[in-house]
Amino acid sequence: MEKETHHIVSYKTYLLVLLALIVLTAISVAVTSIDLGPLTVTVALLLASIKTILVLMIFMHLKFDQKIFAIMFIFILFSLVSIILITFLDYLYR
Amino acid sequence: MENAHSTHEHRDDTATKTGMWLFIFTELLLFGGLFIVYSVYRYLHPTAFHLAAEELDVVVGTINTMILLISSATIAMSITAIQKGSKKTTLMLLGATIFLALVFMVNKYVEWGVKFEKGLYPGSFTLAELGHGDTLFWGLYFFMTGLHAIHILIGIIIIGFMMYYVWKESITADNFAFLENSGLYWHLVDIVWIFLFPLFYLLT
Repeated sequence: MEKETHHIVSYKTYLLVLLALIVLTAISVAVTSIDLGPLTVTVALLLASIKTILVLMIFMHLKFDQKIFAIMFIFILFSLVSIILITFLDYLYR
Repeated sequence: MENAHSTHEHRDDTATKTGMWLFIFTELLLFGGLFIVYSVYRYLHPTAFHLAAEELDVVVGTINTMILLISSATIAMSITAIQKGSKKTTLMLLGATIFLALVFMVNKYVEWGVKFEKGLYPGSFTLAELGHGDTLFWGLYFFMTGLHAIHILIGIIIIGFMMYYVWKESITADNFAFLENSGLYWHLVDIVWIFLFPLFYLLT
């Protein structure tokens, strides 16, 4: 087994990601306070997803670690999305 | 093993981290399931959920979101600090994370307290009068934010132990898998809140 090389992420990267997360939060608060009808839910969830991707990639090191962690994560995400989709197909068309 | 000298140490950081990710997946499915329950009931009781969600304080919610985001950044930076071998910075950043987590809990306490005073708590008389939709909204609100708060409390204890290990120097620049895993846990708690916040506070 090879000795693992650990990528050191700089403080600056983390602070920039934090700034992006705070800006995205401010945008979601601002956007949801104006009435966009059914679009509001979509926008709010889209912004939350972007924030989650930032946290996963940078804070949780998925971008720098072995690819297997990211692959496993995508598999779980796919399962969860499938369950959500099937549940709503049931409720919307019953 | 390339390095014959280190074979005596029984340690596999990749396996440790894989285990942590597997745990995180179970947590994602747990909260994912709750989000599905919430979405379905929201779909079935749109008016009640709309009116009930307006009761929630967006300002407190936003402040708590900012607090958790900053605490996520501080614990992430503590891993950079330990990799660079600076014990003092690591301890300071972990201390800041615990402090922010405690502030989050104080806000939560105040927030829940206000709801209790209005008679909004699971099984209350007021909720029984308001009807099915409200009962479901407040039941889910207290259960989901409560489960999340329990995760915060556990996180505070875990990070406390990490500070002790860093201080005792059993977590060092070349042995920090535990600290990294604690970081992963804390970010998971952050991700759950990233979705709880818009679903409960913003979508009214």
